[in-house]
Amino acid sequence: MVEFTLPKNSKVGRGRTFAAPAGAKRIKEFKVYRWSPDDGQNPVLDTYELDLDRMGPMVLDALIHIKNEVDQTLTFRRSCREGICGSCAMNIDGTNTLACLKPIEEVKRAVNIYPLPHMPVVKDLVPDLSMAYAQLRSIEPWLKADTNPPPDGERRQSMEERSKLDGMWECILCFCCTTSCPSYWWNGDKYLGPATLLAAYRWIADSRDEYTGERLDALEDPLKLYACRTIMNCTQTCPKGLNPAEAIGKIKQLQLERKG
Amino acid sequence: MAGRNAQVQIMRSQLGRVRGLGSAKSGVEHWWVERLTAIALVPLTVWFVVAVLLHLGQPQLAVVHWAAHPVNTVLLLALVMLTFHHMQLGLQVVIDDYVHDTRSHLVVSLLNKGASLLLALFAIVAILKMAFWIHAS
Repeated sequence: MVEFTLPKNSKVGRGRTFAAPAGAKRIKEFKVYRWSPDDGQNPVLDTYELDLDRMGPMVLDALIHIKNEVDQTLTFRRSCREGICGSCAMNIDGTNTLACLKPIEEVKRAVNIYPLPHMPVVKDLVPDLSMAYAQLRSIEPWLKADTNPPPDGERRQSMEERSKLDGMWECILCFCCTTSCPSYWWNGDKYLGPATLLAAYRWIADSRDEYTGERLDALEDPLKLYACRTIMNCTQTCPKGLNPAEAIGKIKQLQLERKG
Repeated sequence: MAGRNAQVQIMRSQLGRVRGLGSAKSGVEHWWVERLTAIALVPLTVWFVVAVLLHLGQPQLAVVHWAAHPVNTVLLLALVMLTFHHMQLGLQVVIDDYVHDTRSHLVVSLLNKGASLLLALFAIVAILKMAFWIHAS
């Protein structure tokens, strides 16, 4: 059955508080989820009082400041710090987003930072995304065609054909959308989730791909595809402003269309 | 998620688990019929509510006469059949979401379908009795 409360070993307790340095003028509280696999303890929420004058404007800047200046044990993923790698996806102020694209000043009170919801936690803010990656792999997100490409060049697309991929190729696979979706929370082992379905539609819509039917066959399933209830959390949370719900709707339309 | 222990107990690869039993090759009918019945029920339900309001305070016989009119009988039957079919489809979606154990899923799904069918038959028989009672008496 569905879990309405966290399991006993996942209940979040109160952690340590790191006071602001003396002389700090613009103090902001950051409450960060902490859990380590090594000590057998429940997760806690550590409080960091930080001086905003000593860091950049984004939440990721604050996390890096904590790691460098306050508490080296804090663990999180980050790489490009400009919203293109998807590493620093986490739940900030109740919404999944990229820490590097989230301005601190958008959060009015204390900044609550948790890992992406409902995924196993590796440590602190690092979720285990291996299942989501396997789901992406399962829809075979690469060009499949029986016609050989021209020997002297690439497969060509018209402007119109290429424009159908806009709004999909931009996905950076941060899985903010997938982990914001209750259908994915309850049936994550079967429902593919918005990020993977967006990727699936990206290849269904690609004029160069010749396996549209097989792709639709693989998705035609009460849970893989139709567990989407169109509640639009995915579209609302996407830090890149994409619309996975629309892509899922288009897959459903195509399923209907081919039934005749 | 259910637990860290589960990750140790299951050694099967993530890709194998995700592919699982493969696609069921069905789902579009359920999805489409749920929407069709929803749309059809909008005018039918409005018509029924208005009709009931117009009969407020009238004797039972007047209602029976109304229901026995062929147009009303057909619309009432359509309303009842679509309502219970739509209910069954919608509840099935809720069950798929929240009941995960295979055996309980089967039991609850059958209960849902069985109860919906019986309730629909009850309502249909009631409507038909009104429709034919007039002519019999």
